[in-house]
Formats: sequence, structure tokens, C-alpha cells
Amino acid sequence: MKIFLAILLTGILTNNYILSKFLGICPFLGVSKKLNTAAGMSAAVIFVMVLATAVTYPINTLLMKNDMEYLQTVVFILVIAALVQLVEIVLKKYMVSLYNSLGIYLPLITTNCAVLGVVLLNIDEGYNFAQSMVSSLGAGLGFMVAMVMFAGVREKLESSDIPKFLEGLPITLVAASLTSMSFLGFTGLVEGMFS
Amino acid sequence: MAEKKSLYQEFSKGIIKENPVLRLVLGTCPTLAVTTSMESAVGMGLAASAVLICSNIVISALRKIIPQKVRIPAYIVIIAGFVTIVQMLVRAFLPQIDEMLGVYLPLIVVNCIILGRAEAFAGKNPVLLSAVDGIGMGVGFTCALLLMSGIRELLGSGSLYGFTVLPESIPPMTIFILAPGGFFVFGMLIALTNKLAERGGKPKAELKGCSACPMAATCSLVGSNDACKEETK
Repeated sequence: MKIFLAILLTGILTNNYILSKFLGICPFLGVSKKLNTAAGMSAAVIFVMVLATAVTYPINTLLMKNDMEYLQTVVFILVIAALVQLVEIVLKKYMVSLYNSLGIYLPLITTNCAVLGVVLLNIDEGYNFAQSMVSSLGAGLGFMVAMVMFAGVREKLESSDIPKFLEGLPITLVAASLTSMSFLGFTGLVEGMFS
Repeated sequence: MAEKKSLYQEFSKGIIKENPVLRLVLGTCPTLAVTTSMESAVGMGLAASAVLICSNIVISALRKIIPQKVRIPAYIVIIAGFVTIVQMLVRAFLPQIDEMLGVYLPLIVVNCIILGRAEAFAGKNPVLLSAVDGIGMGVGFTCALLLMSGIRELLGSGSLYGFTVLPESIPPMTIFILAPGGFFVFGMLIALTNKLAERGGKPKAELKGCSACPMAATCSLVGSNDACKEETK
């Protein structure tokens, strides 16, 4: 049980996918202007991350058995792309309300490096199935925490007085830098709690 | 002569005028992640350039065969194939680079520069032009990575390309090779290029939201939803 909690907290706080691993920067900078779009996007990311891990784990076991690990990248990106399409179709047909809140973000997620990243990192870490699932959930929740926090920061930025040369993208990046600095404070937290 | 000139233009636009990192703001994830040292930046730049050039050539050669509707998946398969080749070569001949880049090496697959160039250029232009475009963009990407990693390595660990440059009396500011330093240096570089672009009468580098995304063509967000309208405004 302890190890699951440790993996979860690592994903959310100490090894936040956006703020310390730089995975998924595009949606982080692109879709974080409004709080509700940020939350919708992150919910879709959590959903796809967990689902992608559940599907790719058995596929990876199969690849390993046949000595074809080198196909990982090709197979995973295809599986994720197909999965995202499939989920979109299923949601559109059977769960319209969920589709309206999450579905619109799904196509953006295929090329989101955080999803492929979490799948590959789970394998690198040598997690078993349950650990991989928890790790993906943690990564997704971490994504959400960063997105939602940053959306709040950006809403404040809109109304503040910014030096002319920093207007637009530069000030957004500086704000991201400060947000990620606050996450540096969690360094060592998980090791301290569980060792 | 006319063709020569346009070839040169295709090459040079990727380096300064349309620098993928500093002007088009694409491929931000690897840019921020691998620029902690110049060595890994060179490794990333070369690996991504190799994939970009090869995939541009193949996609351009196949542009009349690939059906319009399934072009994005087709591009992804081609790119993933080349990434796997590069990954195996790097693992075999440059294991220390493989270790440094880690998961970011396979993640070249989802680098928006490569899919973006396939969609915006290679899918519509002849082979030679696409190859030159790939080389130009690759050089531009590598230069931007080098510039950024130079600044971060010098300030963050007091060295350049692994060689200690700053005397010991100046303690390095480690924060520059940590995550916050990455965002900060990138922000400052964009501010600087904006300033230079402004002087030349060019528009600012702006994150184009959905319109810059290679998935834009297949994405239901475009034009239909307020989230996207807001971002593309």
C-alpha cells in the first residue's frame, strides 16, 4: 500500500509531469487561459493516460515475450492514437454529456507527449500492472494540479501591469518558471515520508 | 537560378525567420527538457534533425499515394519508424547520449516540429524542397537548443560543453539547470527575439494555440468550440 501512495505522490508533487519533467508543455501553455477549459483538458488527459496504460501494459508484455521491444515506440503511438479515436467515437454515441465536456479535447491528446511519456516511463521504471496504473493516475492528477494552478495564475496576469518587452508569451513562461519553483519545495518529500 | 534562390530561401528561413523554437514556438517540451547541458542539446538537435529530414523526404515522396483522410496516422507511422531507427543507432553507438536523453529520445515521435513540418510543408512540396526545408528547420532547432543550453549550462553549472569555464570563486546558480531556470531562460529568449523581430517590423512570436497544432485539421475543437476560438483569437 505504501508504495502506491509513494508513486501517486511522486507523480503529483515531486516529479510533476509538466513542471519538472516538461512533458505536455503545449497544452500547458496553450489551453490554460481559462479555468474551465484547463480543468476539462486535464480530466481528458487523466482518462486517456490511465486507459492508455491499461491497454499498453499487456501489449508490452507481449512484445517482450517475442523479443520485439524495439517496436515499442511505433506500437504505442499507434495504439494511443487509435484508442483516442475509439474513445471519441464511443463517447459521442453513448455518453453525449461526457463527450460534450471531455470529447472535444481528445484529438489534442494524441500528440501530447505526456501520454506517450507516462507509458514509456512506466516501463523504464519496471512497474507492474497495478503500479503502472497508479503511476499514470498520479501523472494525470499532477497534470491537472499544474494546469488548474497555472490557469489561476494566468487569470491574474491578464489584469496586471506587465513590462512591455515581456508581454504575451515571455511573461507566461516567467510565470511558469515561478510556479515550477514552488514545486521545487516538494523535493525529497516522498523519500522523507516513506523511507 | 530562380530555383537555386528558392532552395536557399527554404533552407535559411528555418534558421532565423521561422526558427521553429524561438519564432514558431514548436517543440517546447524537448527544448525545455534537454537544455540542461550543451552535450545533450547537441544530441537531441541532431537526432531530431535526422528524423525530420528523413521523414520530410519520405512523406514528400509519398504525398500523392497517401490518402488525404488518413494522412496524419500515416505521417505518425513514418515518423515513428525513423525515430525507432535513430533510437537504435544512438543506443548502439552513443550510449552516453541515450542515457542523457532518456525518455525524450523516443518522444521525438510527438515533437510538434516534425509532424508540423510534415503537415505544413512536406505533404505539399516536392522531395528536394522538403529535404532542404527539413535541413533548415533541423539546423534552426539545433541552434536554438545550443543557445539555450549554453546559457543554462554556463549559469547553472559554470561550464560550457562539459568544460569548466567560470572560476571557482563564482558559485554556479544551480536553479538554472533545474526546471524553473528552463522556463525562465526560454521566456527571456522569446522576449529577446520578439524585441529583435519588432525592430525588423516582424510580428511577435505568439503561441498560436490550436492553429499551430498539427492535429488542427482533424480536431473538432477548431472553429466549433469556444475553447479554441479563444486561443486562436
